[in-house]
Amino acid sequence: MIRTRPREQGVQAPPRNLTRRILTSPRTRLGLIMLLVMILFSVLGPFFAPHSPTAVLAKPYADPGDGLLLGADSLGRDILSRILSGGANLTWMAIAATFGGVALGTAIGLIAAYAGGIVDTLLMRVVDVMLTFPTIIMAILFISMVGPSRLILVVLVAIGLTPGMARVMRGAARPVIRREHVMWARTIGLSSSRILMREVLPSVTSPLLVETGLRLMWSVVGLASLSFLGFGVQPPASDWGLMVSENKDGLAIQPLAVFIPAVCVALFTIGGNLFAEGAARVIGRTEGARS
Amino acid sequence: MATETMTEKALEAAPPPSRSRRAALAWPIARRALTGVVTLWCISVIVFVATQAMPGDVAHIILGPGASSEQVAQLNQNLGLDQPLLSQYLDWLGNVLTGNMGDSIVSGQPVSELLSERIFNSATLTVIAMVFIIPLSLVIGLLAAVFRDKLLDRAYLGTSLIVTATPDFVIGSLVIALFGTVVFKVLPPVSLIPPGDAPWEHPRQLVMPLAVMVLVGVTYLSRLVRVSFIDVLESEYVQLAIIKGLSMRRILFLHALPNALAPSIPAASIMAAYTIAGSVVIEYLFAYPGIGSALVDAVAGHDLPMVQAIIMLMAAAFFCFNQLADLLGTLNKSR
Amino acid sequence: MKAVEVTGLTVALDDGSVIVDDVSFGLESGQVMGLVGESGSGKSTVALALLGFAKAGANITGGKVVVGGVDLLALSPNELREARKKLIGFVPQDPATALNPALTIRAQLTEGMLGEKKENLPRIREVLETVGLPSDNAFLRRHPQELSGGQQQRVAIAMALGKKPELIVFDEPTTGLDVSTQARVLEMVAGLCADNGMASVFVSHDLAVVGTVGDLVTVMYAGQVLETGSREEVLLSAAHPYSIALLESVPSTRQRLPLVSIPGRAPAAGAKFDGCVFADRCAFVEDRCRDSAPPLVATSTGSSARCLRVEHVLQNQRCLVKEPLPRVESREEDSGSVLSVRNLNASYGRTQVLFDVSFNVAPGETLGVVGESGSGKTTMSRCLIGLHEDQSGIFEMDGKPLPPRLRDRSKEVKQQLQYVFQNPYGSLNPRETIANAVVVPLKHFYGERGKAARDKAKEALERVEIPWRLADRYPAELSGGQRQRVAIARALVCNPSLLICDEITSALDVSVQASVVELLRTLQNDGLSMIFITHNLAVVRSIGDRVIVLSQGRVVESGEVEAVLTAPQHPYTRGLLADTLEVDRSDAETSDLPG
Repeated sequence: MIRTRPREQGVQAPPRNLTRRILTSPRTRLGLIMLLVMILFSVLGPFFAPHSPTAVLAKPYADPGDGLLLGADSLGRDILSRILSGGANLTWMAIAATFGGVALGTAIGLIAAYAGGIVDTLLMRVVDVMLTFPTIIMAILFISMVGPSRLILVVLVAIGLTPGMARVMRGAARPVIRREHVMWARTIGLSSSRILMREVLPSVTSPLLVETGLRLMWSVVGLASLSFLGFGVQPPASDWGLMVSENKDGLAIQPLAVFIPAVCVALFTIGGNLFAEGAARVIGRTEGARS
Repeated sequence: MATETMTEKALEAAPPPSRSRRAALAWPIARRALTGVVTLWCISVIVFVATQAMPGDVAHIILGPGASSEQVAQLNQNLGLDQPLLSQYLDWLGNVLTGNMGDSIVSGQPVSELLSERIFNSATLTVIAMVFIIPLSLVIGLLAAVFRDKLLDRAYLGTSLIVTATPDFVIGSLVIALFGTVVFKVLPPVSLIPPGDAPWEHPRQLVMPLAVMVLVGVTYLSRLVRVSFIDVLESEYVQLAIIKGLSMRRILFLHALPNALAPSIPAASIMAAYTIAGSVVIEYLFAYPGIGSALVDAVAGHDLPMVQAIIMLMAAAFFCFNQLADLLGTLNKSR
Repeated sequence: MKAVEVTGLTVALDDGSVIVDDVSFGLESGQVMGLVGESGSGKSTVALALLGFAKAGANITGGKVVVGGVDLLALSPNELREARKKLIGFVPQDPATALNPALTIRAQLTEGMLGEKKENLPRIREVLETVGLPSDNAFLRRHPQELSGGQQQRVAIAMALGKKPELIVFDEPTTGLDVSTQARVLEMVAGLCADNGMASVFVSHDLAVVGTVGDLVTVMYAGQVLETGSREEVLLSAAHPYSIALLESVPSTRQRLPLVSIPGRAPAAGAKFDGCVFADRCAFVEDRCRDSAPPLVATSTGSSARCLRVEHVLQNQRCLVKEPLPRVESREEDSGSVLSVRNLNASYGRTQVLFDVSFNVAPGETLGVVGESGSGKTTMSRCLIGLHEDQSGIFEMDGKPLPPRLRDRSKEVKQQLQYVFQNPYGSLNPRETIANAVVVPLKHFYGERGKAARDKAKEALERVEIPWRLADRYPAELSGGQRQRVAIARALVCNPSLLICDEITSALDVSVQASVVELLRTLQNDGLSMIFITHNLAVVRSIGDRVIVLSQGRVVESGEVEAVLTAPQHPYTRGLLADTLEVDRSDAETSDLPG
């Protein structure tokens, strides 16, 4: 039952094709495919909507029929059309927020790790304070006053993702910065930006991939949850998270209006998580860490 | 004698015994307390800036576009919005520190009164959830680690992958559909607790929100338990214990468990912190009268003092749990 | 009947590749067998297999391990557990990770023993005293992390001794210890086994260690036993070409010997061979060696060796004589210095680690810096290169002042002062080809790029004997020795006037160390000045011109290598020299391999 794994002799550097192996492992592939399918569905969906997603076409919670393939929602709008056009906002907002948060967090993490000393302490203190606000609470705080603008939502979620990302990347970069090849680069006088881009960043791409997958999942969860609470995309526009809360009172009569958008959100986030976990597993196998 | 000199040699380089352990711990705790105060102050600034000091006319946002100028002037005076920002902040901070959170704009009642029952309800829900989450996570995490890569572990990992990824409101909606409305109609789909009643007087109302919290919490915590157990089972001291010919039971419970538990304890604290954020969605979904749903209502009603109070409260609680986790981690390391 | 009888022990990985192949040996009670081999030879796998244990991913697929009349490999899991408890003790390589941090010393000492706890306690106290540890309750209540490295190792030994086993297996137990502690632990091990009549197997990569404790010596390579016999047979009249080559690669503190490396690269664990596993690197190889695997046969010296040409080897190797290198002429005093250091003090926070260190490096000279762990030698080298900021001292390079901090140094200085790090696995960027690694400084210092830069890189790599066909490989595809050579090439393209080598051979196997030392010797002959930092006196003897000895941050002795190592003045140096183990050599000027 209890078994121990063989330990590598010495500290083996990760093989160069680790990133490639991550991208070709079955798990991460499945995750990537799910993500791509959901992104395509969200982007192309609106063009296939048979009706306007905001037009009232039938009685509330009407059964399928009369040209409404899945029936009508709480206000009598076409469920199918609302589902097809309900992912576009979520998708672009989540992707933008993820990339913003990941880029900013990585920059802060690497700079803090490399500079060390007072810069590191200051940056990490700021990160600690930012971590004190769960993303969703911070978003609610600002939205309560400024109103739910989509751009602000993206910025807020990106800021919410930043501190965690900065911490992880700092943690990943610190051992790399103590490695001899980085010290060597310093002793011959290469510039800091060059050292960070050429010597450090390539060695942290694996955690970067894992974290990006995770953060994409969290952005989708966060944005969909905000919509569900009524602080995200505003009615009458259609959005999966919003649809769940709009139609939850009619769950007994018209469950599809809740189920399908809920499943759409879940497929999106599960894709992100599959990608992240698959990548973590490949790294774990390679570097002796555990998944 | 040769043995004696060897003893001396061997003792020479030993680290001092643990007499100074307590002194060594005092400094990190003091430093943590100090940074804690600074952080909480930063939080208060952020909350204040995000609400009262926002550019634009706060009174208009609260009252809506149709408000008359007398109403606006009245509100500005009530909230002290006509004062300079710094004195507004100092007033506000002074009030917060003395426990005076102001009056709700919507109901006119003191915020502290409105919130006390809500806080009690939320805390009850969280505590009951933790009572289930911690032992369940330990058992599940341990089993998954011991049967690593076997069918049980794979099934567990697959399930946890899906549960982790699925937003709380989706899980909640599915649970409501399953037990409340569509499939089995055995539980109330909303968890209204009449004012004045303790939550445990209505156990049927608590089942579904608790189920969602426990499912999400156990998924998170048991994975950490599993990983730290696997780490320990792969360690050299467990290998040496096997080689010494010890029984499996002794190895698991005496050698592995204490070391695997150590990293899980701070994790439980972090999880409690995240439960606070999660409570907003879950309480709103089940219409449970806690501070999470109070926040959603307050934001929808532009109830500025309520929003400020709830967010300060949540951030402070979240922060305290995080600090606790940190502290437990340090204590553990120094051992 | 022998106390321990191992026959045909075979361990294979899950994919079927064999990592320990047909290992057999026998031991009498009270005998110690030294099992020696370089990394990947399968020696540690054998050590674990003696307890019927294989790490995950590996399985014992055949053979017998008979201890005290019981064949461990034929037992059921429960019987095996009982047998381990009763018959065998195991001393792990690194007690810091092998002792459980959550349990007291007492719990860990008593739990492996048979019988009642109360009866065991007096026995435990007795054993603790034997290994030179206190036995009072206060000590027993401690946790492993409250002990020093040497104490932890003694606890691990006491743990194995406590149950009076038939066999004790030591898995490189002195690897992490200083030479003085190592000498004491080895002395103790040899005494204990003889006094208690226990057989023991002592695994090590260090021939000198094995020669000190072993009554018998077994040499492993690529999962096979290549030679086995008494200590004298194997070490003084080695019969197998691999044993001979291994002995030739060991430096000595007594003589300035050229070191002979073994050509080629050690095979990966689990590699498949049709013939002799050493054929590809052997100086005596013939066609028939590659056709079928040679059996382990008795030789005329008394040992057994796995070599078809063993008698031919024995006759011919004796004809060859290895000349000690000529004594280095002392250089003229006024020839100036490449680097001069005056009153270097350095600290980490409040702890001062270097005190008034002063020395000169003359042009073309190799200065050896010797010190044990904690002596401050690495801090000193970091000060020289400017990576350690918390320091004060006066540096001069070629007569010009050298700023202590890296950021104050000119590009020219950075180019002239080059540094090679200890850890071959970290010194190259894992995401950059080795050709690129060498091109980077060319581009940085000389603005060379494109084909011109690659040509220079090629020249530098060939100078360190890295063939150009490896140029587009990544560091992970190279062996530790090859990576260290690339790091040297990368320093050489800068045209340094001083090369600082920080323990560059300490992570390498002894035969690989020999090749790196000999490479440095060619650079030395080309007139390069070097600072060679090491904990190994023998390596200094082999390559240093002058030496300074560091102890607890102070220079306790300095002078010509010859003088310091033949007649050390300071007690610390004397102790260090006395504790440094030597491989017994047949006589002052013996044998060599052809080629």
